[in-house]
Amino acid sequence: MGMITTRKPPFKWHIVVFLAPAVLVYTAIMIFPMIDTMRLALFSSIDNHQVFVGLKNFKTLFGDPRWSEHFWNALGNNTWFFIIHMLVQNPVGIALAAILSVPTLRFAPAYRTIVIIPTILSFVIVGFSWKLILSPLWGIAPSMLDMIGLKSLFHPWLGKEQYALTTLALISVWQFIGIPMLLIYAALLTIPEEILEAAECDGLTGFSQFWKIKLPLILPSIGIISILTFVGNFNAFDLIFTAQGPVAGPNYSTDILGTFMYRTFFGYQLQLGDPNLGATIASTMFLIILIGVCIYLFTIQRRLRRYQF
Amino acid sequence: MKRSTLRNLLLVSTFLGSVAMANAADVTISIESWRSEDLAIWQNKIIPAFEKANPGIHVKFTPTSPAEYDAALNSRLAGGTAGDLITCRPFDQSLGVYKKGNLADITNLDAMKNFADVAKSAWSTDDGKVTFCVPMASVIHGFIYNKDAFKELGITPPKTEDEFFAMLAKIKANGNYVPMAMGTHDEWEANTMGYYNIGPNYWKGETGRLGLIKGSEKLTDKQWVDPFVSIAKWKDYLGDGFEAQTYSDSQNMFTLGRAAIYPAGSWEISGFNTQADFKMGAFKPPVPKAGQECYISDHTDIGMGMNPASKNPKAAKAFLNWLGTAEFASLYSNALPGFFSLSKHTVKLTDPLAQDFVSWRKDCKSTIRPTYQILSRGTPNLETEMGNASANVIKGTETPKAAAERLQKGLASWYKPQQK
Repeated sequence: MGMITTRKPPFKWHIVVFLAPAVLVYTAIMIFPMIDTMRLALFSSIDNHQVFVGLKNFKTLFGDPRWSEHFWNALGNNTWFFIIHMLVQNPVGIALAAILSVPTLRFAPAYRTIVIIPTILSFVIVGFSWKLILSPLWGIAPSMLDMIGLKSLFHPWLGKEQYALTTLALISVWQFIGIPMLLIYAALLTIPEEILEAAECDGLTGFSQFWKIKLPLILPSIGIISILTFVGNFNAFDLIFTAQGPVAGPNYSTDILGTFMYRTFFGYQLQLGDPNLGATIASTMFLIILIGVCIYLFTIQRRLRRYQF
Repeated sequence: MKRSTLRNLLLVSTFLGSVAMANAADVTISIESWRSEDLAIWQNKIIPAFEKANPGIHVKFTPTSPAEYDAALNSRLAGGTAGDLITCRPFDQSLGVYKKGNLADITNLDAMKNFADVAKSAWSTDDGKVTFCVPMASVIHGFIYNKDAFKELGITPPKTEDEFFAMLAKIKANGNYVPMAMGTHDEWEANTMGYYNIGPNYWKGETGRLGLIKGSEKLTDKQWVDPFVSIAKWKDYLGDGFEAQTYSDSQNMFTLGRAAIYPAGSWEISGFNTQADFKMGAFKPPVPKAGQECYISDHTDIGMGMNPASKNPKAAKAFLNWLGTAEFASLYSNALPGFFSLSKHTVKLTDPLAQDFVSWRKDCKSTIRPTYQILSRGTPNLETEMGNASANVIKGTETPKAAAERLQKGLASWYKPQQK
């Protein structure tokens, strides 16, 4: 102990040493590829040579209707995907958490586990299982609807332009509903008993207690969940790719930025891959997410009031 | 005891060592391929036959999975670790590899005499002057049908389009079978098994295909719209919810005996032979009017070329020359029924279903898929759009005319000969 308390503290090498592995790994597998992707977006392959072309690829992506049409379609689909998550996943997640935090509820851990299980499954399993469940040929969805006499409600949802994207968004909601539930549940548990008891003394119980006391207290968590959902949705790719394939059919109705980028970068059938334009789309995705996160941080996050207990 | 074990071990290692020495004097060449499912056939049938005919040359078949093949091959070629022989995809994929200097010019190889120009077109430069891969096999489109079901319903394969639809209506009226197993979920199924399958009869095979490349025909011409009109009528004869039916769903639907007809490519044959427990037959795409000349899509699918950086060019050339022999043609076509040799040799096929397919070559003129040569180089990609349009037309969400107009507009937007 006495050794450390010298007047001029020595340089804290251990901090550098302990941080180094994380920083190095993160730089190697995240920061460097990201910067290189953005560099790649500024080049173009001419006669098998990479030539610097400035923002030409971005001009093609936004200016050439053959590309921009797909881009805006994908962005629109991404937005719809996000809206469904915000309208369904987060409210239902909050509701589940609120129900779970009711102290008199029995078997709460069991319900919690059941809700969280889909989250730990791989996208491939989720995509494949739901494709089978909803399959008009072998799926259990048509026969289950038939059992209750509602066969007429069945549609080949994943094959119809007007339903496919919403169906996939709901599948994704089903998979990830555990995340908002867990975060909100944790936030609800941190609300001190005294506050709730005080509320009860003032005659606030049940639903109005949740609405007036608990909800304002968990708003910061809801903000975090919203931004996580935003980032996750605009980066989405796996579920659509496993369920619908790289062309994201029917008729590009489920094409999101991720699948559009994949097709462009790696090619599809006779369409040869174009890494430069693919990198352009990837960089645009990064910018969209960056802007979204900034808007959140500078406008919403600052206005959220936090309560210290 | 211990000592004798040790002695035996030494003895064995001496022998093994000498065997390895003998091998070192020989040459070993390796083959890059995406056909990983054919590994056993290459190792047990094809390679031993070649090694027997060419002592001193050893061949290794080293496949990569189909989805990774192109990227993996390109990186191995760039890194100088690629094999001596390279399995060639048709048209632009291989042309790109050749243009980068990674496929040798083998125009003057002896084996090339055994192949017709249309077979070589998939692996030649646009002007046809240089060929860089030996054509190996093609796949033929047609319809595979459930013979037992046909017998039960008392129907025979149709010859004309009218007969075709009358037959479908009859199967549907009976109700025991879904008339045709096809879905639009994966999109490529719609154009590959639908439009390209029946189309050549309308656009007169090579005449239409080359006309499109030259710019003398347009996708909005009658001969290119009519096949769309025809597949638009398929909708009523596909299974419930065909919009969400995938390629493998269609395969299973047919091999489980639920559907009577499967619009097919001949590559399905070996899979169907193992899966289906009923007799199968095949009929060629019906002609629009009785007595018209017939055309089939006999699509060049697989070839093989040489890595110019090969350390054993002589051995590699010997192998390529062997690919042009009657022995290889027969071995390959019989080991992989549904992949038909492109050489001029007459091959006797043992598989009856494959025999059905290949017999059409006698009566009909062969052509290849219209979008594969040159026309899918631009944006929008004609092949991808063709899948999209065919699926839309079958679903009824786009009219044949509107689809053709959209495709023509897309093609003309980048392809000069179509801008006239």
